Amino acid sequence: MSKGNIHKFYLNEKYIVVDVNSGSVHVVDQIVYDILDYYLNYGIDEIIDKLNSRYSTEMILNAYEEIKLLEEEELIFSKDFNTSIEYNKDNVIKAMCLHVAHDCNLKCRYCFASQGNFKGQRKLMDLETGMKALDFLVENSGNRRNLEVDFFGGEPLMNFEVVKDLVSYGRKLEEKSNKHFRFTITTNALLLNDENMNFINENMDNVVLSLDGRKAVNDYMRMTLNDGGSYDIIVPKIKEMIERRKNKDYYVRGTFTSKNLDFSQDCLEYYNHGFKNISIEPVVTNPNEDYAIREEHIERILKEYEDFSKKYMELKKNDPEFLFFHFMIDLNQGPCAVKKSVGCGAGSEYIAVTPEGDIYPCHQFVGEEEFKMGTLESGIINTDLREKFKKANVNTKDKCKTCWAKFYCSGGCHANAYYSNNDILKPHDLSCEMEKKRLECALSILANE
Amino acid sequence: MEYIKTLTNRKLKDSLTYGGCGECQTSCQSACKTSCTVGNQKCENKKANKK
Repeated sequence: MSKGNIHKFYLNEKYIVVDVNSGSVHVVDQIVYDILDYYLNYGIDEIIDKLNSRYSTEMILNAYEEIKLLEEEELIFSKDFNTSIEYNKDNVIKAMCLHVAHDCNLKCRYCFASQGNFKGQRKLMDLETGMKALDFLVENSGNRRNLEVDFFGGEPLMNFEVVKDLVSYGRKLEEKSNKHFRFTITTNALLLNDENMNFINENMDNVVLSLDGRKAVNDYMRMTLNDGGSYDIIVPKIKEMIERRKNKDYYVRGTFTSKNLDFSQDCLEYYNHGFKNISIEPVVTNPNEDYAIREEHIERILKEYEDFSKKYMELKKNDPEFLFFHFMIDLNQGPCAVKKSVGCGAGSEYIAVTPEGDIYPCHQFVGEEEFKMGTLESGIINTDLREKFKKANVNTKDKCKTCWAKFYCSGGCHANAYYSNNDILKPHDLSCEMEKKRLECALSILANE
Repeated sequence: MEYIKTLTNRKLKDSLTYGGCGECQTSCQSACKTSCTVGNQKCENKKANKK
């Protein structure tokens, strides 16, 4: 069997080597970095000849021996292994994106939900449908104990009474079925008030608060129904929500577009507001939109991530609590090989349910008729579609097979692949480039700790 | 090692012995909702974390 791949790069003053198959990461001196260019194809004498103008023979010999030792321990050039075990053979479902409101009180230009209605009628989920959804999740969860429900929209706080009743119903189900619900909510913050903030605080494991950074950036994209900006209304509410969260999880999450390629400034805006858990995501949209991210923007975006990684390290020195979602990597307690191969589990372990009770692989596919998997009444009847999603992983996506980042992004977002290449097995090239850069940044940050 | 500092020597293939329990968080539910990063997720398998 041939030797496995490595990926090496220099960033933030560190030479870093990632061993793709073992997942091992090494911070190396430049001599090791240079020897690795020749290690597989040349003998030690030739390597000495190639590098002796820069390093002494003794240094080269010692560094070479260290690489050899890592190789013997299967921590570099380690061989590929079979991760294609039968994934989710019992078709267990453990996570649900529950669309309690296909309606919204903002009209964001880039909204994949078509300003909240997902290309359908504006509709709020009724309590009965919501209860059926939770029942469905419990009934289909097999031996999984931890079940996740994200209240999503449109804007879920437009249907807050149903959210409250569903949490209460879920708690009763937990007792009966020995399950644990982790409720979360994704909100645009516009309707946050004393009552629902307290409720969210007490009952939600995580709250995702949408804001696009600087006022001008946010207000251009995230407009109120009467074409005003939302920034001045929501920022004080987000601040209040976070203050109440204390040690509980939250994320302030934004979207960047080609209109704000200097998005690190938006991340700093979050930080300056005291928002410590943040994420900013590239817009997913039709490439013909004027704010879409296109090939011509990529170089600038990759540099922006690098620049932000430098600023991030600087800020973290005095404020370790500051966390950017995509710069966090857990190398020691992170996910297993199976999870790293299959990713988000959409269409298999993870589904989205609409106010009508229709089931889709995830929130991104809602409203796409060919992706409807069934209903809460019928269960999942499009089993071919489920199989297709189950088999979409790093072993079946051609582009992933040789990619160094495959065990970090797990093949990427199926919806991004579908909307860009009309095939869930063909990852979106620009997303891949951004993901790889974010990973390099994340690893270089760890290397500097 | 004089020239190499290893940040993690945990081998991914070893996780096949206990992996796939599915108790961990669904990556897309945590914050992103549009992109897939699993590297920052925690393993929630008790057997794995005793190692």
